[in-house]
This record gives sequence, structure tokens and C-alpha cells, in this order.
Amino acid sequence: MALVLDEQQAMLQESARNFFADKAPVAHLRKVRDRRDADGFSRDLWKEFAGMGFTGVLVPEEHGGLGLGNVEAGTIMEEIGRNLTPSPFLSTAIVGVSALLRANGERKSDLLPKIAAGDLLMALAVDERAKHGPRQVVLSAKRSGNGFALSGTKTFVVDGHVADLLIVAARTAGAPGETDGLTLFLVDPKTKGLDIERTIMVDSHNAARLTFGNVQVDADALLGEVDGGWPVLEGVLNVGRAAVAAELVGSGEEAFGRTVSYLKERKQFGRAIGEFQALQHRAAHLYSEIEITRAAVLKALQQLDQKPEKAAPFVAIAKARAGKTATLAVQEAVQMHGGIGMTDEIDIGLFMKRVRVAEELFGDANFHADRLARLKQY
Amino acid sequence: MTELDTFRSETRAWLASNCPASMRLPLEDDEDRCWGGRNWKFKSEDQRLWLERMAERGWTAPAWPKEYGGGGLSRDEAKVLREETRAINARSPLDSFGIWMLGPALLKYGSEEQKKKYLPEITRGEIRWCQGYSEPNSGSDLASLQTRAEDKGDHFLVNGQKVWTSYADKADWIFCLVRTDPSVPKHNGISFVLFDMQSPGVSTRPIVLISGKSPFCETFFDDVRVPKENLVGELNKGWDVAKYLLTHEREMISGIGLSAGRPLGHVAADTVGTEEGLLADPLLRGQIAAFDIDAAAFQLALERVGDLAKAKQAHPAMSSMLKYYGAELNKRRHELLMSAGGSEALEWEGERSRGGDRARSWLRTKANSIEGGTSEVQLNIIAKRLLELPGA
Repeated sequence: MALVLDEQQAMLQESARNFFADKAPVAHLRKVRDRRDADGFSRDLWKEFAGMGFTGVLVPEEHGGLGLGNVEAGTIMEEIGRNLTPSPFLSTAIVGVSALLRANGERKSDLLPKIAAGDLLMALAVDERAKHGPRQVVLSAKRSGNGFALSGTKTFVVDGHVADLLIVAARTAGAPGETDGLTLFLVDPKTKGLDIERTIMVDSHNAARLTFGNVQVDADALLGEVDGGWPVLEGVLNVGRAAVAAELVGSGEEAFGRTVSYLKERKQFGRAIGEFQALQHRAAHLYSEIEITRAAVLKALQQLDQKPEKAAPFVAIAKARAGKTATLAVQEAVQMHGGIGMTDEIDIGLFMKRVRVAEELFGDANFHADRLARLKQY
Repeated sequence: MTELDTFRSETRAWLASNCPASMRLPLEDDEDRCWGGRNWKFKSEDQRLWLERMAERGWTAPAWPKEYGGGGLSRDEAKVLREETRAINARSPLDSFGIWMLGPALLKYGSEEQKKKYLPEITRGEIRWCQGYSEPNSGSDLASLQTRAEDKGDHFLVNGQKVWTSYADKADWIFCLVRTDPSVPKHNGISFVLFDMQSPGVSTRPIVLISGKSPFCETFFDDVRVPKENLVGELNKGWDVAKYLLTHEREMISGIGLSAGRPLGHVAADTVGTEEGLLADPLLRGQIAAFDIDAAAFQLALERVGDLAKAKQAHPAMSSMLKYYGAELNKRRHELLMSAGGSEALEWEGERSRGGDRARSWLRTKANSIEGGTSEVQLNIIAKRLLELPGA
């Protein structure tokens, strides 16, 4: 399969590009940040996402979606990255949907149409510590009545405080670090004993801390097998990781594009600073990093669609590259913009903040380098 | 089954029965490579057979037209052939500057006679070529070259000196940049000519490198007569041919960024050892993993640029990106190999180190970011052509 977008994918990319540039440019993020409302995103905009079909991009047609794949979802993520658009798209339309696609038929046919219609928001609760570690789940689910009782904490739950339904990774057996004994639950956030604290983050995007104090759920809250949640969780995480990598490509490329424009405009010593070779070479190096990362990210997305069972190394490569490349892009962007790059008035700082968060989300470059090394057995 | 699938299964079957077993083993050293040429001595009967069989199908130059000895394959078919030969670890049947560099330039700029004369010989590995580009005073500023070719009616009289001529001492013919008009701005007075290295007045002197090996030569021309029909393209328009050929040289060098052979992590385990399945030196392990990430991404970028070219969406200066990145990656790979090898990798002579192979290879890679245009020149090209930065 060629490592370029096909015609249909390119069309979707173009319509997404126009949509986000028009409806949700970086100014939209500023507005959301500065109005400090309880949601942290625009529900009106979310309705427009649904109108465009974005909310149902991964939802099969029989459930009211577009029935497209990760490559298509990635083109939308890239535009989200380019515009720093805050929305529950990742947590709901990508991570949520890909989890539900692995659920039993009844839940699927009940929930997927609601997501496609823009009427249901989801969030994935995995991490419990400061660094990503899906194997390290401690939060316990003990059999109780006809269901389970959940106790423990979750952190960095993206859109956790606005979600209508939570996917919670819990330990039903085994010890932290083991993959056996993990179980996934679908939990109503209003359930008694569940405390949700919104955390205001550096990038003005949503996240929350969750505390489960003996939260009772029914057996039908199970998503998949008891003790056998790991393959599902890993599959869902890989989809999320590749999507975040696509977002990082968008953010990195946009920060780079703005920087190259600035190099052509800004004059010092009587000439455009882009004439200085010290800056030209750094810009040319960054261009190379971005192009190479773009290939890696597209490959991961394609692999998730074509051969998901063989996607893991490609996802690790893509997320590691995307995090590093976008980080370099925003660092160079601030430096090459000089003093003005440090001001809140210029958008560059917003890119730096979001990239920092996206780099951390679902595993940073070191996490994924370690993963690749383990996959290659060294 | 698509036509491409059919092609794949036929190719797989053909390779299975025609690629000799010994040609599927990893290269032990440079001696295992087949360069062909008038004076070539095959290292084994298998090596000869493998070249002969592949050349017969035109598969030493799969994408060239059949009439010139190529395979006439589409880009997709050529990719399938690459994948299938890689899948059985088949060695390259023929390493050739004729295939990698001169051929593409002849296909674009050569006359019909030239194509018919030179290309089939190249695909069969009968003539080995070298490249007369750099001069002592013309490295990165290649267009300032001074080797003179005077018009003497039916021939040019060539005088001057080239340097870094790869394997000039082993090559049969040279493709060479010469100055045919010194009175005009430097880019406008260069021509591209071909001549036999056995012509009277040609001499070569190998240059000993820091690796102790001599893959490069100084090449001297003293009143060398070059027939007029050996001019490629128009007189004084040689710079266009030269630049076009350079994009192919860059692609050739980019390929070296792809790691062949055993994974670095396993090579390192030989010396460093493992603990619970992980490389025992965690910092080296981290460096190797970071390298593997970049190398894998680079391989995908090579593939993507090829696909972009096919879709007519590639920018020609992307070859500079690949050359720059591939060269730097290969240097990094060999630094890591040295690091992994520790003191064992420092042995310079003797059986155990196969004649200091690892250290000599490491030193050789330092040229990667110099030959074919330095990394800095590639960055200049990216800044100017792709980013359109001012004054670049």
C-alpha cells in the first residue's frame, strides 16, 4: 500500500482543513481558555463535528457513522493539531469508539449511534501515576453482589469531567506490572462513590483525576473478559497513540510553517533573518525530521487499518518520532521567534504547551523506544 | 488476484529456484560484492551465475526499458521485486555506478546511439564506471571545476585532475565533468563526457584513507583524446546532466542509512550481555532504541518519497533530505556499533577482527556526510528549494 493518502482520504483531509481553519482556529482555543467555563470545550462546535460526520468517522455505517479507518481519523487529528482545537474527539470518537467496537453487540448498537450523533462523550481512565504505564494498574475491582466494587485512583483522564461514560482499566487479578488480570469496565460517572476532579492543564485542554471509593458496578459494565482486558486495552491504546501522533504532526508542522514565514518577514541587521545560514540549517534539519515522521505516522495508521495484529512496532515508532519531532519544532519555533515567541499574544507558546501534553499522553518517546526495544527483544 | 499479485508469486518462484543459496548469505565483507567490469574476477561460480541470471531478465536494472537491457518493470513491480529479493536476503547481483548514477542520466540526456551502446553493457556488468566530478579545488563548489576539454575538431583534448574518484583504479570507463568554455559564468561552460580509462594519458593513484583502505583515487588527464560522439547532452550544458545525476547519487547514498544485517541490539548483546532479556547496559540500550526508531522511520520515508514521486507529488530537493538524513544515520549506526563493541571493536588487524573490519567500516562512514554533497550542502539545498528561504 502506497505511503500517500488516496484520493478519498485527500478529500477528507481538505474538508477537515477547511472546517477547522474556519470554525476552530487557534483563536477558538484562546476563547475557551479565557472564558473558563465548566466544560472546557464548545458543545456547539461538537454538534458541528457531528454534522460533518467526524464524531462517527470510525463508527460503522450500520451504526450511523462513516465507517472509515484510522488513516481518515488521523487526517482529522492532524487538523486538530494544526489548530490546537480542544474537543472530546480523541477521547470519544477515536479511543471510545475503538473500545466499543471490541464490546459485545448490544452495547455497541446502543452506544455507537449516540456517539456518531454527537450525543455521548466518553473518556478512558488508565494511568494512575505521573508517567504512562498501562501495565501498572493498581485500581482494584473486587467481586461484589452481581457485579464488582472498584477502589483506587486514576489520573490524566482526558475529558474525564465531561464524559457521559468512562472506560476504566481495573485489576481483578495479578500484581501491578502484569498484563494478566486486567479488566475493563464501562462506568457511569454519576455512580456513587466516584469523585471526579477536573485538573486545569498547561495546554487548556481537558483532563481529570478520578477517585473510586468502593464504586459498585453491575456485571454488564464489563467490556470484554474478566482478567483478559489487556489485549483490548493495548489495541485501544495503540489506536489512541497513532491518533495523538497524527495530532503532533499537525501541531509540529504548523509551528514550523509559522516559523518559516517569520524567518522570511523578520528583519535584523538590515535583512531577513532567514538569510542567516545558522537559522537556515536548523530549519532544513527540522523540515527533514517532520517529513520523516510524517511517513512513520502514516504507516502506523495504515497498519492499524490493514494489519492491526502487526501494528505495535509501527505505533511505537510513530508516537516516539512524533513526540520528539513536534517537541523540536516548538522549541525551534520559540527560539527563532525570539522574544515575541515568549509572549502570550503570539500563538507559538500555545503550540509548545499542547505538544508537551500530547508528548506525555499515552507514553512519551522514551516509553515507546523501550517498547520497540522489547518488541525487538533486546 | 491482481496482476501485481501474479507478478509477485511468479517472481517469488523464480527467485526461489534461481538465486543460489550462497547468494542469500549476509555479505562477510566488501570482497563479497560484485562490481563487474572488463577485469572482474568472480569470487565464486554462484556469484557469476547470479549476475548472469538476473541480467538475463533485465533485473539488474529492473525499471529500465527492456530495449536497453533493463527489466521494463513498473514502479510497483520493481518494488515487489525489491521486497521479494529482500525477503530471501538475496545479495545484490551487481553493484554499479553505471546502474545507480550514469544510467539514469543517459536515459534522460543521452542520444539513442549512446543508450544502445552503453546501457546494455551496464546491465550485464561488463563495463565498470567511475565518476569524474570533484577536483582538488572544487569540492562543495563543484561548478568551479577546471579540468579543460579543448575542441580539436573531431575530438576534445582533456587535461586536468580529478580527486575522490571512487574505484578509478578498477574502472573501465569514466563519466566526467570538463570545462569546455572558460569565458562564461562557471555553470555555463561545463560539459559531460565519457571516455575509456585505458585512453593514453589517463593515470590513477589510490588515496589511502583513515580506514587504511583506498576506495578513492586521484585521477590525472594528460592530453587525453575524447571522441566528440562521447559528449552527453549539449555542449556547455553539462551542469544539467551533472545535477540530475547527483540526485541519483544522493538516492544511492541515502540507501546506506538502511541498516542491513543483525539488529544493533543483538550485536550489542554479544559484548554487553543481557539481564532478564534486556541489554545489560541501559544507557546504550536507550541509544540503540532511539536509533532504531529513527532508522525505521527513515526507511518509511524513503518508501514514501518513492510513492510521492510516483504520484507526481515529490519535490526534487527531497533527495537532499534523504541523503542528509541517511548519511547522518549511518554514521550514528557505526558509532553505536563501536560503542557496543568496546575494546574488541578497536582491533585493527588479525583474524578475530576480520582485519579490523568494524573499526575500518566505522571510519569509512565518516565520508558519508561529505561524498555526494556534504550534509551542509544538502541543508542549503533544502533551505533554498524547499523552504524558499531568502538569500539561500
